[in-house]
Amino acid sequence: MTITTERGARAASSGPADDEPRRSRRTGPVLLTTLTWILGIGFFFPVLWMVLTAFKTEGDAQSSPPTFVFSPTLEQFRTVFDAGIGPYLANSLGATVISTVLVLLLATPAAFALSLRPVEKTQDVLFFFISTKMLPVVAAIVPIYVVVNNLRLLDNIWTLIVLYTAMNLPIAVWMMRSFFLEVPVELLEAASMDGASLMRTLREVVLPIISPGIFATALICVIFSWNEFFFAVNLTSANAGTMPTFLVQFVTSQGLYFAQLSAAATLAALPVILAGWVAQNKLVQGLSFGAVK
Amino acid sequence: MRRAPLLPALVFTIIVTQIPFLLTIFYSLQSWNLVRPGSQQWVWFDNYVSVFQDSQFRGVALNTVIMTLGSVLIAVVLGLVLALLLNRHFVGRGVVRTLLVTPFLITPVAAALLWKTTLLDPTYGLVNFVLSPFGVGEEAWISDFPLASVMVALIWQWTPFMMLLLLAGLQSMPTDQIEAARMDGAGAWAIFRELTLPHLRRFIELGTVLGAIYLVNTFDAVYMITQGGPGTASANLPFYIYQRAFLGFDIGQSAAMGVVVVVMTIIVATFALRLVFRSFGAAEGSH
Repeated sequence: MTITTERGARAASSGPADDEPRRSRRTGPVLLTTLTWILGIGFFFPVLWMVLTAFKTEGDAQSSPPTFVFSPTLEQFRTVFDAGIGPYLANSLGATVISTVLVLLLATPAAFALSLRPVEKTQDVLFFFISTKMLPVVAAIVPIYVVVNNLRLLDNIWTLIVLYTAMNLPIAVWMMRSFFLEVPVELLEAASMDGASLMRTLREVVLPIISPGIFATALICVIFSWNEFFFAVNLTSANAGTMPTFLVQFVTSQGLYFAQLSAAATLAALPVILAGWVAQNKLVQGLSFGAVK
Repeated sequence: MRRAPLLPALVFTIIVTQIPFLLTIFYSLQSWNLVRPGSQQWVWFDNYVSVFQDSQFRGVALNTVIMTLGSVLIAVVLGLVLALLLNRHFVGRGVVRTLLVTPFLITPVAAALLWKTTLLDPTYGLVNFVLSPFGVGEEAWISDFPLASVMVALIWQWTPFMMLLLLAGLQSMPTDQIEAARMDGAGAWAIFRELTLPHLRRFIELGTVLGAIYLVNTFDAVYMITQGGPGTASANLPFYIYQRAFLGFDIGQSAAMGVVVVVMTIIVATFALRLVFRSFGAAEGSH
């Protein structure tokens, strides 16, 4: 806003014609708004195209030039459900929900011990948590595979749950800590003056303040676990496979039929897109380990 | 006592994330191929010698650097443009932001599949259709420009994150400074260069470091779009190590590569992360 009016004002002082500044003052913002909308739609269009293609017949989906007007069909979704998406969907739900609950159970007390009642070496512990996210996963996959294989836990949903919990825990600790730090100290002091026990203070004073933060942290964990592919593809097959591995397996067995695979991709992506739209304000906070609010 | 709430999370993280790395080092000193039972034996540093002599490994390492840095830098620039455009009041701002965020949310495997088929397909792809007025024919992007094709999918997914991060930066900017500069007659470009960019610097640094941390692990896009090919033209280290371990069953070699990757990452990341988190005052902790 400020930038465009500024440009308008400068044009006013240097513009030769009298009516030009007034025009550019009005058209400048309109042009920028139009450009923003075009870019927004442009970035979104591939996703929209995926959803549209999912409702096409294969003939409409693979046509040159592309078909924009078509009569929608649910045929592709039927094919996807017939291909046995059910167990994969259930595995994804299970791995996502259980690992998210575990993360919150482990991260909330840890974040408390690193914020409101800081232990010694808080900084070192915090740094240790992010440092685990810096190590490339691929360097750990070989021993993880060997150990999981020896424990007879290949293709077992609990293997993914444990790994997803470890994957999201550092993010959650950092995020939750940044929420705990927002709790006013005076409030805690007042509560302890009134003789409230620590547990009671936590439950009645701290929890209401940080509960939106817990919700945001949960959504971030859901997004990451649902979308995870590397562990899933290497450690599971028919029994414990998740939605991303279903997509791969579906394409491998059915071939690259655009409408079908778009329907499968839409089903795989939809839950996280919806969760992400709700949590979009918190996405950055999650990915930056709470460094940016 | 004070430590009690911290311990479960700490112990869990140490066990699940640190033990595998110790084992990686252990395996990297052995010759061990899974398809040849009984082949496990100590060879000490032989695996490392062959990793460094492997010209494919060097090529793949270079691909990883190009893929990571190239995608991050382009995503930061695009994200900055979008953040500046969104940092105004206009009709439907919330809707446009939601639209822009979406590529970041879509399951990476689904996104990669989308690019491989409906978007970049030579005959039926949307990209060639959109470019056809500019004289582009049935260009086979994925086989002619494999690395760039993977990067396009990554940039598309990561630009929204950079946009959100930089938008948060722009919104944390004190407005009185800008007002004062405008009063003094500073132009839009001068304000951007002298005030906005310096303020955004730490956000740009943070975006670059975080983007690099996440993107250096890229696997889904390579696996789905090109399978690293042709040859190893578009393979990055995660994909190459995966191939060695799960298609070649060479545990010792792939473990040695893993150790090399970790050492390289630690050198870059320790320095970069300390810098960034210091400038963001993550140390404000002593409450």
